[in-house]
Amino acid sequence: MPEEFDVIVIGAGSVGNPTAYFLAREGLRVLVLDELAASGQGQNKAAIGGVRATHSDPAKITLCRESLEIFAGWKDATGTDIGWKKGGYCFPAFDEKVEATVRGLLPTQKRYRLNIDWLDAPEIERIVPGINPDGLRGGTYSPDDGQVSPLLAAESFTGEAAKRGAKFRYREPVRALLREDHAVVGVETDRGQYRAATVVNAAGVAANRISALAGLDLPILPDSHEGGISAPIRPFLDPLVVDLRPGPEGRTLNFYFGQNSEGQIIFCYTPRPVIPGESRDSTYEFMPIVAARMVEVVPRLKNLTIRRVWRGLYPMTPDGSPIVGRAPGVDGFVLGVGMCGQGFMLGPGVGKCLAALITHGAPSIPSEVFDLLSPSRDLYAGKKEALK
Amino acid sequence: MVARAPDRLERHPILEIPAHPPTVEFSFNGRGLEARESEMISSALFANGIHVFGHHPRDGAPEGIFCANGQCSQCLVLADGIPVKACVTAVRPGLAVRSLEDLPELPPDDVPLHLRRDVSIVETEVLIVGGGPAGLVAAAELGRHGGRVILADDKRQLGGKLSLQTHNFFGSVRDCYAGTRGMDIGTRLEAEVRAQSTVEVWTDSPVVGVFEGGFVGVVKQGRFVLVHPRCLLVAAGAREKALAFPGADLPGVYGGGAFQTLVNRDQVKPAKRLFIVGGGNVGLIVAYQALQAGIDVVGLVEMLPECGGYKVHRDKILRLGVPVLTSHTVLRAEGRDHVERVIVARVDPQFRPIPGTELQFDVDTLLIAVGLSSVNELYEEGRRLGLAVYAAGDAQSIAEASAAMFSGRIVARRILADLGRPIEIPSEWGAMLEMLSSHPGPVLGTYPIPREAKVYPVIRCAQEIPCNPCTEVCPDDSIAIPEGTILGRPMFSGKCAGCLKCVAICPGLAIAMVDRRVDPTGRTAKVTLPWEMPEGRIAPGETVVTTGEEGAVVGTGKVVRILSGKALNRRRLVVLEVPAAQADQVAGIRVREPGPFVTPKTVPPTDDSEITICRCERVTKEMIADYIRTSGVRDFNGVKAALRCGMGPCGGRTCLELTARIFRELGIDPRSVSPPTRRPFTQEVPLAAFLVEEGGAGGV
Repeated sequence: MPEEFDVIVIGAGSVGNPTAYFLAREGLRVLVLDELAASGQGQNKAAIGGVRATHSDPAKITLCRESLEIFAGWKDATGTDIGWKKGGYCFPAFDEKVEATVRGLLPTQKRYRLNIDWLDAPEIERIVPGINPDGLRGGTYSPDDGQVSPLLAAESFTGEAAKRGAKFRYREPVRALLREDHAVVGVETDRGQYRAATVVNAAGVAANRISALAGLDLPILPDSHEGGISAPIRPFLDPLVVDLRPGPEGRTLNFYFGQNSEGQIIFCYTPRPVIPGESRDSTYEFMPIVAARMVEVVPRLKNLTIRRVWRGLYPMTPDGSPIVGRAPGVDGFVLGVGMCGQGFMLGPGVGKCLAALITHGAPSIPSEVFDLLSPSRDLYAGKKEALK
Repeated sequence: MVARAPDRLERHPILEIPAHPPTVEFSFNGRGLEARESEMISSALFANGIHVFGHHPRDGAPEGIFCANGQCSQCLVLADGIPVKACVTAVRPGLAVRSLEDLPELPPDDVPLHLRRDVSIVETEVLIVGGGPAGLVAAAELGRHGGRVILADDKRQLGGKLSLQTHNFFGSVRDCYAGTRGMDIGTRLEAEVRAQSTVEVWTDSPVVGVFEGGFVGVVKQGRFVLVHPRCLLVAAGAREKALAFPGADLPGVYGGGAFQTLVNRDQVKPAKRLFIVGGGNVGLIVAYQALQAGIDVVGLVEMLPECGGYKVHRDKILRLGVPVLTSHTVLRAEGRDHVERVIVARVDPQFRPIPGTELQFDVDTLLIAVGLSSVNELYEEGRRLGLAVYAAGDAQSIAEASAAMFSGRIVARRILADLGRPIEIPSEWGAMLEMLSSHPGPVLGTYPIPREAKVYPVIRCAQEIPCNPCTEVCPDDSIAIPEGTILGRPMFSGKCAGCLKCVAICPGLAIAMVDRRVDPTGRTAKVTLPWEMPEGRIAPGETVVTTGEEGAVVGTGKVVRILSGKALNRRRLVVLEVPAAQADQVAGIRVREPGPFVTPKTVPPTDDSEITICRCERVTKEMIADYIRTSGVRDFNGVKAALRCGMGPCGGRTCLELTARIFRELGIDPRSVSPPTRRPFTQEVPLAAFLVEEGGAGGV
């Protein structure tokens, strides 16, 4: 007889772990399956750990506000330090275009209760010590955003879910979904079958393959981004800094960096053009390009020591927004996929909503906002976000 | 004028100590100090008696030298405000060095830079990583056949560990310079490499990663450049294995190789009283080299019932009076901010310490010499990325430097063949490499001493090891290896003129010359022994305690003469007058009395919370074992993620092997645990290496 659960979550990652935690907290019997050997070993650990509600999409603003609340309260709730640092996000503007972009978003952001404001150049210089004042026009600052250690967060969500009875099985890739009529009723792995009323696809870059097992064709294709981290230095930089300007080298769309709770500077850029595919091998150009960009914005970073670089995958959707909710036409199949590189910051909010949806039939945020991410939406409607 | 650095080698039997080396002044925490020009900061500090370089920001644990090889980050200091590894950063005149007591502050230097956007890409046929024995031989061999080569080494001088080897090498005279001192081999090989017009040498150029497309990142003298080779040859050598016991992370506890670097390369006298863990060749040789440097070696422990190193290496330290305690292990090192004593104990057949057998030795330094691991990350990365990648020397498999040199030659020819050059690899080379790489064989005993001869060598070479210089130097061809391979034991038969060439060259110092012709009464005989202890340690006319093959006291002898000269290649020969009946037994001279062997008053039980596994992030054995037990994790990455073990500057080089042992102790086969993910860089890189300033050469 197959083992029975209330919910099976496929993927012990940025979305799957918090989903399992919130489901277990509701008293449900949860099984989490992952093909890798431990929690958070897929794209979760490639995240740089920035968590911002500073988006342009109302659903992402709202979900990330949920995430921020969960992360900020995590230590009080569980006693575990996950490296939460409430340092805010800063988008400095060195040109008119960036100023227009970030200022133009403020009304929407404020409407969805994001704590954010435009600050003039001297204030930005105070918030980002050592920022190059040359051409600095000011910038936005959202002090309630922050940073978390993706490694510790994955570990802690897993541990807290396990405490509440959730089972985690690793090195167990899902081979098939068990189906009855129009419903998914369980999964099959190399080691056997498991049955559950609900199966959650939180498989990150494998979401497409998992959905195909249910007969769904989800247009989620990965592209890759690189990140890096320095040796720790004494804390001096509170916010995560995002420079939206394209780089003069022609290879970057924007880039960002911040100092995590360990004191390490962590950094990343958005490559131009995008690099589709699943290669995670580091490129030789990443470090020279990002080093020059960082030092041009904060010259004192020239004395950093670089410890490690890596490359992670963004599961991208055609419109750049996640696909979250009940799968259309397949009962018992729930999607938390297509996070487009923001799975770590969206994860807790998405997980909480999915758990509420599964347990109580409605998400934990207003439905009209949640439904913006509906799997039934027209993914090719050409919606283009101002702030990805 | 600042005071002369007190802890310098003043004299040495093998190394040339300059009388007036150029010096510079620098400061440590505001105190003016003397350094030798462009020596490493760590060596300058040690020469001034400073062994604690700072305290870990996480828990205040004292830190100092550990690898002395740029591999770990225990030796971080602030140099003019910038955190640097003291062991690979040279002293500059006026340099202000400060101990690191907290996370380093980024200097608020906000002057904007004007940067160019370009990265140099260099094409070559072969990139060799490492200019030690394997890399140098490979570079010379490739160069001789027209191969275009870049040889990159992270140190300022070529030679790798050869430059630390003051002893005569074993092996085959024809194939790998047996009978020559390692450091001299290094010099010779460097000259051969420099003579090749197609070989470019990059020193001070660590290779830091392999990237998509087969591009290899090198920090060439401070600037990041890319090499796009057709073949990558990793000859990066080995790193020392670590041991986990309470106090293993105290300053003053470090590797045997690190000690050789301080003493033999940088001419520092880092210790006064030394203890060694590990009876392999490194431990045994280091004990001998410490005595050569005038440092007392109070003992050596080996966990196994027999030392793993060559018997001749063990015997020569036994003869000098160093206790070698087999079936013993180190329990703990103790001291405030620095090791002050070490406690060892006998182990049972399952290697468990036996209570009541503890011994305490008061020391200022504890060397760990428990084996080596290949530095092969770049090989693995290169292979994963589809590059034509090769390994040679210790990076391929751990063996003696003689084997490394020979493997470099073979791999060079394989590369030439793969590059399409017409080249032959002689079929007997494979067998020779196998012989040179072989572990020391069984102790089979020595051949009998000829009864009727009046002058004859006594050859105390009882073990199968690859070595043949004695057979090559005898002018009468009276020394031969009956087994017919260099692994066999040499036997004397026939004529002997007493020329002493065999005594002078034997790398194991295992040959003594007995001469019974000198005393007409027949009561005494002369015995000539090889001697490499500091000058003045014994003097003509003195009476010395003589010791036998394995260190037991034979009697006394009178020093008649001490021979030296160019032909002896920095070795001296001591002529002793001894009772005729003892002549065949005398093999050495005792320079120290073994002991005292003190039983410690109390030995606290070993607590896993006292054992540091990850030095970089200060993770204890207790934390790791608890986590493995409670989480059920079977992934090194999981341990890293949860505890930061292996996330520090050394990239898990020390702690991952130790963590594997914890898995094993918990009954989990480490092979069932998913391996850690490797990412660039193989060592930390200053961000400035990636910057190119407008109008400048780069490397801000």
